[in-house]
Amino acid sequence: MTASTTAASSGERERTLEAPKSAKTGPQLYVRAEVRARKGKQPAWLLAAVVVLALACGASLAVGARAIPLGTVLDALVHFNAADGNHAVVHARIPRTVLGLLAGGALGLAGAAMQGVARNPLADPGIMGVNAGAALAVVGGIYLFGITGLSGYIWFAFVGAAAAAAIVYLLASLGRDGATPVKLALAGAALSAGLYSLMNVVLVSSQDTLDRFRFWQVGSVAGRDWSVILPALPFLAVGALIVLLSGRILNGLALGDDLARGLGQRVGLSRGIVALGVVLLCGSATALAGPIAFLGLVIPHAVRFFTGPDYRWILPFSLVLAPALLLASDVVGRVVLLPGEVPAGIMTAILGAPVFVWLVRRGKGASL
Amino acid sequence: MARLSARDLTLQYEQRRVIEGLRTEIPEGKVTMIVGANGCGKSTLLRGLSRLLRPAAGAVTLDGKDIHSRPAKELARTLGLLPQQPTAPDGITVRDLVGRGRYPHQGFFRNWSHGDSSPHDLAVRNALDATATTELADRNVDELSGGQRQRVWIAMALAQETEVLLLDEPTTYLDLAHQVEVLDLVTDLNRRRGTTVAIVLHDLNLAARYADHVIAMKDGAVVAEGTGIDVITEELVRTVFGLESRVVPDPVSGTPLIVPIGRHHYPAPQATETTKPALEIAS
Repeated sequence: MTASTTAASSGERERTLEAPKSAKTGPQLYVRAEVRARKGKQPAWLLAAVVVLALACGASLAVGARAIPLGTVLDALVHFNAADGNHAVVHARIPRTVLGLLAGGALGLAGAAMQGVARNPLADPGIMGVNAGAALAVVGGIYLFGITGLSGYIWFAFVGAAAAAAIVYLLASLGRDGATPVKLALAGAALSAGLYSLMNVVLVSSQDTLDRFRFWQVGSVAGRDWSVILPALPFLAVGALIVLLSGRILNGLALGDDLARGLGQRVGLSRGIVALGVVLLCGSATALAGPIAFLGLVIPHAVRFFTGPDYRWILPFSLVLAPALLLASDVVGRVVLLPGEVPAGIMTAILGAPVFVWLVRRGKGASL
Repeated sequence: MARLSARDLTLQYEQRRVIEGLRTEIPEGKVTMIVGANGCGKSTLLRGLSRLLRPAAGAVTLDGKDIHSRPAKELARTLGLLPQQPTAPDGITVRDLVGRGRYPHQGFFRNWSHGDSSPHDLAVRNALDATATTELADRNVDELSGGQRQRVWIAMALAQETEVLLLDEPTTYLDLAHQVEVLDLVTDLNRRRGTTVAIVLHDLNLAARYADHVIAMKDGAVVAEGTGIDVITEELVRTVFGLESRVVPDPVSGTPLIVPIGRHHYPAPQATETTKPALEIAS
């Protein structure tokens, strides 16, 4: 080495970076219409979503074996007249509508939160085995302990949902890479299949359990009343609060564990808190309405069109639009096979399956 | 002077020990390059320095305090990190991604404080400006070229406004022009803001050119540290990479330039200062 080698040309190094040449970046036409459309307009869209939800509630109260005009529905809500037959019908339908609101909101929120926590666009309380865990626990409760009241189901549902979530996470964490999105989805699918077959073993061997379970299992918002709904309310409220407040946490996790840690996030603790909220929501919703599939998958993806990838908006939009879809499914289910009814859980699956296929085919499975 | 230092640091993945009893320092206000062969533990060291990996023994200290004893968010306001090959959420805009770098500066109830003069928007604007990505602000990150995307990630790290910044192979998969662009950008940052920078880099020649300080590693240990000229020698390249080479002054910067020899080419004897032929490795 000679002394001359030390003469680093610092002037060259000081040179600042040039602005990117337009030839390299190309015309700004690339800005996607969707980005422009949603910029700063989320509050307006959210208001529109609330209107849609109100319409779905109205339809849920108006449509059925005895159709009632919307004006009369409103009248029944504001000035109830027990002597009016139409008013009585509307009032009889209120618990069903409220239950759809609660279960739908819970599953929509839980789906969005799970997609964020697992960094997996295919995450859904159904696909990841959480609903299966809750359902098996309820069946076990009916079979082993003769639980009949739905207010008893809820505790079994929580335990089942939490256990399934923990098992899926542990299974997926085995191996060097930890819980990658693909491993989580695989573990969830495998556990779901296993839990449902166990459940079928119980149901096939016990006619009594099957009878009590049959109606509940397909996912329905019909035939429940206030005594069912009230005990679930505190759990739903706490779960919803936890998840709604975790938007920033989920935004951080979306960048990957390393980057999230680098930004000062406590990744394990964050995941645990959000998972607690998810278990409360899924357990309550499953106990209330049975395992309703695909709602938690479809809604957060549809919502992203309006919100982009910001969970602070994805969560409230999911909360509003998921019950709208569930109520709409329930209304459609009431009229397609008159005089019979198609349970809402089957209607959401009919709607959700094509979306699932589309998501898988899009091939972006691992990048969220 | 060192703000960030490793004291008897032992790092391991499950049962596989990668680094044992390592001592080193990242000097304040300088650009430090960590170099070494594949699997020598340089990325593991960076993970240890950036608290992604908890030490099995020893400690990493920032200003004398163990980084694992400090609140995560407070630490994140001083010590920033850009991991290798980060992934952006689907459909996120450049502005939103850069804004996420503000996380450690935001409180629980100040999520939505925006507006042109808010610290959030000011920091994002400065970061976009410094990385020449202002024009890209409303584009989707998915649509950018590799070089543009890397500038955006660096912008995100800048928005974090830390005094120490650790980068893990920030030039991987970039073409040569973009590699130089990224390293120029990091140098600007160091010169203008006095940011202490540590980079794990594969390319020895670029490391030699851009480093104020070089840490060379082999088998989980530091084998040499100091200025590029002191550290990067033919002897070091032989020890660390098992490669015969000529080291000549870089005609542009004067820093050491490594010219590898390999089995099929022999150096012309008169062109070098070294007289010892490297023919024996050909056999």
